[in-house]
Parts: sequence; structure tokens; C-alpha cells
Amino acid sequence: MGAEITLRDRFERGLAAPICLTWELTYACNLACTHCLSSSGRRDPNELSTDEATALIDEIAAMKIFYVNIGGGEPMIRRDFFTIVEHAVSRHVGVKFSTNGTRIDAAAARRLASTDYLDIQISIDGADALTSDAVRGAGTYDQARRAMDHLRDANFGPFKISVVMTRHNVEQLDDLAALADAYGAELRLTRLRPSGRGVDVWDALHPTAQQNRDLYRWLLDRPNVLTGDSFFHLSALGEPLEGLNLCGAGRVVCLIDPVGNVYACPFVIHDEFLAGNVRDRGFGAVWTESELFRSLREPGNPGACASCGSYDACRGGCMAAKFFTGLEMTDPDPECVFGHGETALAAKRVEIRPSPSPDHSRRTPVSLSAK
Amino acid sequence: MSLAPPVTFDAHAPWQLSAEVSLRDEAFGALAYHHGNRRLVFLKSPALVDIVRDLEKYPTAKDAIGAHVASSQRGAYERALASLARSEIIHGR
Repeated sequence: MGAEITLRDRFERGLAAPICLTWELTYACNLACTHCLSSSGRRDPNELSTDEATALIDEIAAMKIFYVNIGGGEPMIRRDFFTIVEHAVSRHVGVKFSTNGTRIDAAAARRLASTDYLDIQISIDGADALTSDAVRGAGTYDQARRAMDHLRDANFGPFKISVVMTRHNVEQLDDLAALADAYGAELRLTRLRPSGRGVDVWDALHPTAQQNRDLYRWLLDRPNVLTGDSFFHLSALGEPLEGLNLCGAGRVVCLIDPVGNVYACPFVIHDEFLAGNVRDRGFGAVWTESELFRSLREPGNPGACASCGSYDACRGGCMAAKFFTGLEMTDPDPECVFGHGETALAAKRVEIRPSPSPDHSRRTPVSLSAK
Repeated sequence: MSLAPPVTFDAHAPWQLSAEVSLRDEAFGALAYHHGNRRLVFLKSPALVDIVRDLEKYPTAKDAIGAHVASSQRGAYERALASLARSEIIHGR
């Protein structure tokens, strides 16, 4: 019965199949959030068909991947959304999907409530409309709250409220927890990443060093708040946070995008981290045989962090946060709690930040009343 | 947020793997996922996986453990099963 550290090392060498598989169903979105990880907006004409999607679910079931995290884009925009979800559930693959809530009216809420093994995350990025709408667009907070009301009225049960932590909402942590409590919901906090369109707002929105310390202490006191292992870079501050506290990219985590491309994690939709496509030889072949994934499962090089006593706590932080801020994989995380990331960034003589590839952002402003 | 009543694990009682749980073998042991409470649990040794799978074949949990591991290790495996009972991965039968 090996110790915990052995298990963590095992995870870093990769598993037979992912634990956490994210599947972005579509790049189409009726919103245009400034920090969108997948630069979503326009539907990709090449996105997986209904038949391809259900075949992919059958393969996921055969690989004993217990649940998928469905996102987008706005997944409920797909006309076959319920077909796909219900097929997954019928194959005993649980579904957790992230939505902006705009498509959850009373009827949709009742249908969702009647489906087993289904979990919903509704996104807001602040405890009030002013804060949240600044990131997600005018009117979006109220729309999300109406979706929450519908789920509550339909007795859906404990859904999740998902919040990306920014400089403007760290001070609202208690209010966010109170909001979740009021709905009998679970609060889920994730890290802002400079991925997708997030690269444009990272400098202005990522929490300050002091806010990250406050967040860490707040999370330590609340082990029931979900984080998806998002803040393991903060575990270098002391006691580790809940979770595996490792970068799972290509090891226990990966992402399938709307056109079937497989990326190492949900935060690296970029050619550099493209492992293959499910249309070629299926998802399993990509997971087990991709050269990229194999290299990610090799023992990591601690690089600049080798001499830091906290390397074992944070393992150098988030690959995506480094990549999209122009750092090397062997550099510290840009939000390294000891400030080494800021030093590394300052040392770059010319700051080169990779731009998102692909980019499905709309070229024209979004009309937020449009459905 | 532990709302369920505490489960007491009695190694002298009959146990079984929950029908709501799926197991996936891994090099370290297995992943166990409870579709109802959405708990993901790691079974950290292949012997523990064998014990969990075989629980229903034995009159007591102790017998299932005895069939798979040496007596010096049995205490650790009883504690592991107690933990799985709390997560509802296994239940009495």
C-alpha cells in the first residue's frame, strides 16, 4: 500500500486512460467572454457530427473513462446537445457540463433534472452583475442567475457555480460562497489562465501576489470548495491544497476540441500541444501513442526551480501559464508565490507571447440580447 | 459536507462492491468511481483490487482479505476497506 507520494509519481507517468477528460462540443458561443480559454465564438464547420460524437462516447465508455467534462463554446447551442448527453449517460459515462446558463429555461431545467448522472456548472465571474459582466458581457450575470433559479425550481439538486478568480473577485469569496449556499449549490473556483483570449486580459486580471496568498488561506479553510486542482502552484505557500497537486496534462488530463483534436489539457489549445485527432485512429490511440503525451510522461526537468525547496510542493506550476506568458517550460510559474516567475518574465529581453491557434473569436461585436 | 450517516465497518460481516461503482485497472491498482455520489477513489494496490472484487464470494470481509494477503498486512487492508465503506464504494450485504 504505497505512500501518497508514490501514487502522485505514478500519475505523473500517465494512466491507462485519463481521469479528467474535457470535451469542448463546439466553438460556437452566444457570449464573448474576455478570458475565453478556447477563443470561442464562431462554430467550426468541421466540428464532429452527431454520429462521430456518439461513436466517441462509445470509445470513452470502452476505455472506462467514468465521466466527461463537456464545455465549449456554449455546449447547449448544439442542436444535438441532449442527444449527446443522453447517449453518454446511457453508456454509463457521467456528464458534467459547463454552461453560461443562457439556454436553461424552465423546460430545459426540467429535462436536465430528469437525467441521471448529470452535473452542471454555471459560470459567473463575480458575486454581482457589475463585476461578472465586466468579463462576460452585459446582462450575463442576470441570465446565469435566472438559469440557477430554474434549476432550483426544477429540483435539479446541487449544481455547481463556477468562477474564474480575478483581481476583481478575490475580495468577493465570502459572497460567492454565500450565493452557492443560498442555492444549495457547490462553489467551484478556477485559476485565470493566459490561454485563448485570456492572453489579452491576463496582465490586468490575474490576482495580485497578496490576493493569491489570501485565496490560498481561504481555500485551506474550506476543503469543500472545488478547484479542479487549479491552484496547485499556491501549495508552495505551505500545507498542500486539496487535490493531486500536479500538472495532469497528457498524464491524467486531456482535452478533445470540437473538431476532434486532442490537446494536452483544456488550457493549451495550441498547435504546440496538439497530440492528434480522434478522426484518425480514435481517441485511445492518441492517448497511448502520441509522442507529445509520451514526452509529458517522462520525469520532468525542474529547470530554474531545481534549487527551490518548494519544488516538490508546486512542481514548477502550470505549463499553460508559462507557455502563454512567453516563459520556458523550465521557468517558474508566472505566479510563483516567491516571485521567481515575475523575475523570469522581467529577464526576457523581448516579450514574445504565443497567440492562440486556432482562434474562433467573432470578428464583429456580439449582440448580447441575441439567443 | 458529510451528510450521510457514518458507516461502521465490521470486518466480520459480509460486504460487497457497490453496483454503482465502476473499476478501472491501473498499474498501481485501480480507480474506483461511484456514479451516484461521484466520488473517485484510488485503490492503491493490486491486492486491494482483488479483495474488493472478491468480497461477495466470501462470508466475511476478513475471509476475503485472508485469501489475498499475508497476515502481517491484514490490519492495513481492513483499514483500507473501512475507508472504502465510508466512501460507499463497498457496502454490507
